[in-house]
Amino acid sequence: MVRAKVNQDINFESYNDVWVIGQLDNGKIHPVTIEMLGVGKNLANQVGKKLAVVMIGNDIQEECGKMLHYGVDKVLYLQHQLLEDFSTDGYSIAIADLILEKKPEVVIFGATSFGRDIAPRIAARVGTGLTADCTKLEVDETDGKLLQTRPAFGGNMMATIICPKNRPQMATVRPGVMERAKFSQEVYGDIEIITPELSEDRILVKLLEKLPLAHKRVNLIDAKMIVSGGRGLKSPDGFELIRNLAEKLNAEVGSSRACVDAGWIDPSHQVGQTGTTVRPEVYIACGISGAIQHLAGMGESKYIIAINKDPNAPIFKICDYGIVGDLNEVIPAMISNIERVKTLEL
Amino acid sequence: MNIIVCIKQVPNTNEVRINQETGTLIRDGVPSIMNPDDKNALEEALCLKDKYDANVTVICMGPPQAKSALQEALAMGADEAILLSDRAFGGSDTWATATILAAAIEKLGNYDIVFCGRQAIDGDTAQVGPEIAEFLQIAQVTYVKELTVTDHTLKVTRYSEIGDYVMECKMPVLLTAIKELNTPRYPTVRGIFDAYKSNVRVITLEDLEIDITQIGLKGSPTNVYKSFVPVKSRHSELIEGSDAKLKAAALIDKLTSLKLI
Repeated sequence: MVRAKVNQDINFESYNDVWVIGQLDNGKIHPVTIEMLGVGKNLANQVGKKLAVVMIGNDIQEECGKMLHYGVDKVLYLQHQLLEDFSTDGYSIAIADLILEKKPEVVIFGATSFGRDIAPRIAARVGTGLTADCTKLEVDETDGKLLQTRPAFGGNMMATIICPKNRPQMATVRPGVMERAKFSQEVYGDIEIITPELSEDRILVKLLEKLPLAHKRVNLIDAKMIVSGGRGLKSPDGFELIRNLAEKLNAEVGSSRACVDAGWIDPSHQVGQTGTTVRPEVYIACGISGAIQHLAGMGESKYIIAINKDPNAPIFKICDYGIVGDLNEVIPAMISNIERVKTLEL
Repeated sequence: MNIIVCIKQVPNTNEVRINQETGTLIRDGVPSIMNPDDKNALEEALCLKDKYDANVTVICMGPPQAKSALQEALAMGADEAILLSDRAFGGSDTWATATILAAAIEKLGNYDIVFCGRQAIDGDTAQVGPEIAEFLQIAQVTYVKELTVTDHTLKVTRYSEIGDYVMECKMPVLLTAIKELNTPRYPTVRGIFDAYKSNVRVITLEDLEIDITQIGLKGSPTNVYKSFVPVKSRHSELIEGSDAKLKAAALIDKLTSLKLI
């Protein structure tokens, strides 16, 4: 196979439409797909083009039908028995071939471990630029090009990236950041079924087994409140306090990377640059100093509360309300005060 | 078994601070390190060397100072280290970088595994590995957290948000490592001495078969339009009180008045 090249003076006129590559996890639509449809619709409107969602799998007609409630103009259903389970080769070849055939102007993927596996493979196959982990996507008013903003330098900076000479403009989108598309009772758009050319010998990696998650799935992304623990907890037992407070508040439990690395809590609770990005109403950071990599994961929370013994902790500069104090005293006091307030309500 | 490990020398972004007054990064005094995920890849290759007598070649694209990362790799036990360095490579995005690395790997030839880290802590893109695999037209498994060799195939466990996937692949294959894969060894004193004595081979543009329109700043399909330090926009208030109990009470009252509890 002759490899693709970039900067080939392509004709931009032949590239149209904004594509969202849908992701299904065990048959269920991943929330990032709906988030991408939200931003995708804005982009499509701004450039006066159509919005399509690409669904990949086998026997997912129902899921494709659901997509018609989210403001898409079209569902492109790549259907093949070999696409039933995720495979780098199957998905990359099918999507790349479709891109080469239909020439979309913009293609976006969720920046999940799957999206980040196939998006660069597809960009290299098609011959275009790819921007990773975008937290903002806008259109340049002057010439309609895509402005792709993402954290850089480990989260210490933001960079806006462009792909001026190549099409499609491709990006992966960080889950949990963009606003979701609205569900409409009405159905709009149609489904086109495409059968890609695939054969077993082209799938170079075989899936042997899908292991279940070791722990109960933590849903940080949908949580309205999160109580998070950091190194200031001093030991894994500190999470007992965190859990108690979280329970009182109906909140999820989060963690900084330090505690996960120390083995105090399962990685599924990790919030930050290499963990989950969250946007709850209230984020209570206990014993967390506020390193940039952690802020990258919770900086967009509506309210940030910080509890830390160290008055110089960087987190006090970015929180809404902070308590300088020992969390071993503050948290139990918070719990009894919550109980007091709750009894007053009754 | 022949393994090629791709490493990158990066500034330790965990130690970068922001100058609040000017809103710029303070890069001075930030140490350069071997990218952590790449070190996991190298460690796994060295484990395969320990077990199966694999040959481990480490390559790195970077400026001349990146030699120190390659020397660290040699000190850990790699057999050969190669620096890809040329002014023409400067300003490369992931497409251009992958083009250069793939060309070097093709030149070395005869590889069973190309081992990369999942992502670098300065770029955080996780793109170069899969792009190299596509250019080489070989299989890939990313987010590798466990690896075993069985006969002529590899059994690889791949992390995902919904549970690990256990995969099987033939070689050649490109793998990207995550930190869960292993705990990298420290170089031995002997290793450090030997590394000083061995040479890091340098490969430049003219040693490689590359289309120069596909590399460097001009050959990169993505460009940085602008960069900025995120501006803090919150008004921070420290809760007053003579002891923890009073502060906690004041906080809960505050949150209740905001209807958050």
